[in-house]
Amino acid sequence: MAKPRQIAFYGKGGIGKSTTSQNTLAALVELEQQILIVGCDPKADSTRLILNTKLQDTVLHLAAEAGSVEDLDVEDVVKIGYQGIRCAESGGPEPGVGCAGRGVITAINFLEENGAYDDVDYVSYDVLGDVVCGGFAMPIRENKAQEIYIVMSGEMMALYAANNIAKGILKYAHSGGVRLGGLICNERKTDRELDLAEELAKKLGTTLTHFVPRDNIVQRAELRRQTVIQYAPDSQQANEYRQLAQKIHNNSGKGVVPTPVTMDELEDMLLDFGIMKTEEQELAEAARLEAAANA
Amino acid sequence: MSLDTPIDQARHDQIIEEVLAAYPEKAAKKRRRHLTTAQAGEGDEAPSCGVKSNVKSIPGVMTIRGCAYAGSKGVVWGPVKDMVHISHGPVGCGHYSWSQRRNYYTGTTGVDSFVTMQVTSDFQERDIVFGGDKKLGTMIDEIYELFPLANGISVQSECPIGLIGDDIEAVGKAKTQETGKAVIPVRCEGFRGVSQSLGHHIANDAIRDHVLDKVEGSDFTPGPYDVTIIGDYNIGGDAWASRILLEEMGLRVISSWSGDATLKEMANAPKGKLNLIHCYRSMNYICRHMEETYNIPWMEYNFFGPSQIEASLRKIAAHFDAAIQEKAEAVIAKYRPMVDAINAKYKPRLEGKTVMLYVGGLRPRHVIGAYEDLGMEVVGTGYEFAHNDDYKRTGEYIKQGTLVYDDVTGYELEKFIEQVRPNLVGSGIKEKYAIQKMGVPFRQMHSWDYSGPYHGYDGYAIFARDMDLAINNPVWSRMTAPWKAA
Repeated sequence: MAKPRQIAFYGKGGIGKSTTSQNTLAALVELEQQILIVGCDPKADSTRLILNTKLQDTVLHLAAEAGSVEDLDVEDVVKIGYQGIRCAESGGPEPGVGCAGRGVITAINFLEENGAYDDVDYVSYDVLGDVVCGGFAMPIRENKAQEIYIVMSGEMMALYAANNIAKGILKYAHSGGVRLGGLICNERKTDRELDLAEELAKKLGTTLTHFVPRDNIVQRAELRRQTVIQYAPDSQQANEYRQLAQKIHNNSGKGVVPTPVTMDELEDMLLDFGIMKTEEQELAEAARLEAAANA
Repeated sequence: MSLDTPIDQARHDQIIEEVLAAYPEKAAKKRRRHLTTAQAGEGDEAPSCGVKSNVKSIPGVMTIRGCAYAGSKGVVWGPVKDMVHISHGPVGCGHYSWSQRRNYYTGTTGVDSFVTMQVTSDFQERDIVFGGDKKLGTMIDEIYELFPLANGISVQSECPIGLIGDDIEAVGKAKTQETGKAVIPVRCEGFRGVSQSLGHHIANDAIRDHVLDKVEGSDFTPGPYDVTIIGDYNIGGDAWASRILLEEMGLRVISSWSGDATLKEMANAPKGKLNLIHCYRSMNYICRHMEETYNIPWMEYNFFGPSQIEASLRKIAAHFDAAIQEKAEAVIAKYRPMVDAINAKYKPRLEGKTVMLYVGGLRPRHVIGAYEDLGMEVVGTGYEFAHNDDYKRTGEYIKQGTLVYDDVTGYELEKFIEQVRPNLVGSGIKEKYAIQKMGVPFRQMHSWDYSGPYHGYDGYAIFARDMDLAINNPVWSRMTAPWKAA
C-alpha cells in the first residue's frame, strides 16, 4: 500500500475539532478508506465518538506503567472502533505538571516506528488547542501531516487562533512541506459568520473547505458517544459531514503555503465587517446613548 | 610587583592583534573587548585591566565555561558533607560532574558524609512527560531511609526541571515539614546565565532562603573572636591549612563554607563577628546579605604564598584587639624559618620562570603572589567567569603589560601560549594535555593536579614543590623538535 495520506485538525480549544474530525472521518470510511486517528491531547478525547467509549489505554499511560514506550506493542495502544477505524491516543500528564508536548512527540514516534501507519490510507491527527510548544507542532513537521485543516468559527478568538496556527504552518512549510488544507467553519451563529470565514480564508491564501451548520443533533449524538454518521446516518447533518469528507478527500495535494496576516490586519478585517467598532463609532454611540438618556 | 624585568607590552598587544586577525569581523569585534594588556596606573595606582566580562560566549568557539548547575552543585553546595545533594534530572549531569572538585572532608562516606557520592533522580522520558515531583518525593524518603544520619538534602535542578515546570519548592517544603530535616530546592538549571557564575549566586540565595535563620545551628556561646571562613572549598585540604592559621592567631572558626562543612555549621555563621571570604566570586553574595541582615563585616583575604599570607593575617588581626594582633605576628614569625627553607630550596630552581594562568573566578589573581614569592613572573592571566569587580581587583596583582584574557577561547589560549612561550601554564584538565603536547610544562590549578593543599604555609611548601616538579621535570629536556630529529 502507498504511504498513507496524513492530515491534521487544529483550532482554538473548544471549537469542536474532535467532534468535527470524528464525524468527518466516520464519513470518510464510506469512501472505503482505512483510517488511523492519532489523538494528540492529554485529555484523550479525540476518539471517544469512534470507539463509543473513552479510550483508557493511552500510549503514555501504558508506557508509564510498563516503564518506557520500548516496552509496549502497537496492538496494546491501537483500538478498533466504528467501521474499522483505528484509534490511538497519546495521552499525557494531568493538567499543570510535566510536559505534554514531549508526550506527543514520544507517542507519535512510537506509533510511526512500530508500524501503526502501515496498511492505512489516512492518518489523522487531532491536536489540542493552540500550537503552544514544539511538541504540539510535531504533526506539522517533516514527513507528518501534509495538510492541516483549521477548525474555526466567526468568533474573534477563533479567528486569532486560526491565524496563529497558519503562522505555525508557515514556519514549517518550507522545511517540511506541510500545507494548509483549508478552513472548516463550525457555525456559532455569530454575525456574518460565513462572510467572515470566507474573508479569512482569502487572506490566508486558502479556501473555506466547508461551512458546517449548527445542529443540535451533533450534541445528541455526542451524548451517546457516537458520531452523527452512526447515530443518524440519514440526517441532514450527516450529509454535511459527508460533503466535508468528500471535499477533503478530493483536496489531496492541493494544500497551500498560508499567508498569515498581522494582528492589525485581522482587526481591520473585523472592523470592515462591522463586528468591531472603531473608536469614533464607539464615541458616537456613547454620545447617542447619553443624548437618549438626557432626553 | 616583585620583579624588575618589564613585560614587553608592545609585543603582547601585537599578539592580541595577531590572534584577532583570524576571526571574522563580527567575532573579532566581540572578542577584542575581552582581551587586553594591563595598562599602567596613574601615579601610584595599580595597573588596570578592564575587559568586558560575564557576557555570553560567542557561538562556535571552544569556551571552557561551565553552567549554573556546575556552579551550584559542583562548587557551592557539593562540599557540604552531611547533606545528600540530588542531581535532579537525567543522569548525565550528575555522573560527569561526580567528585571532580576534590573537596576533602572528615567523616565516614555513606554513613554521615556524602560528598563523593553521586545521587541522581535519573529522569526518564515518563518523568519528563508526567513531571518528576512524585519521584522526587519518593527519592527523598528513600534517601532518609538509606542514610538516616544525613542532615539534609539539596535538590540541584538540571535543565529539564525548569523546562517542564516541576514544583520542587512545594516538594521541598512538604518534605521539610514531614521529616524535620531541611530539603532545599535550588533552581540552578544549566541554561540559566552565561556561565557557572549565576549558579554560585543562585546557590548563595538558596543558603540565604533555606539555611540562615531556618536551620538550627550548633549550641554554643558566641565569643568575641568567632569568625567564619567563606568560599574555601577545601580542595586538597585547603581549608584545613587555612583554619589552623586563624586558630593559631587566637580566632575561633565557628563555621567553614562550604569545604568540609556541615549544614548545622553553616547555620552558625550569623553568630560570628567577621566573615572571612576567600573565593569572592562565588560567595560574595551571602557575605553582603549577612552584612545587611546581621551587621557582620566581611573581608577578603589571600592565603597563597607567604607575602599574601602575612598581609592577610595582619589585615584580619586589625579587626580584633592587640592580643590577636600580637599573636598574628607570632604566627608570622613562627613560620618564617619554614618559608625561608622553602625559598632556599626552590627559588634557585624557579627564579625568573614565567607563568600563564587561566582559571576560574579567583585564582587568576590570588595565586600570583605565591609565584612571585618563588621568584617567578606571571605574564598572562584570565578568568572563565569573572565579573567587572574581579578585573578591578586584579590590577593590584599584575604588572603593566601582562596579557589579560576573559573567557578565553581554545584557539586564543593556544596561540597566546605559542607566542609567549611561558615556562609554565596553570589551567584545567581540558587544557592540560594539549599544552603539554606543545612542550610546555603544566599544572592543573582547579584541582591542584591531585595534589594540595596550596593554601597557608603548609600549602606553600607543596605548591613550591609541585611547580618545581612540573617545570624542572627532566622529560622536557628529552623532547626534540621534529625538524631537529634528523
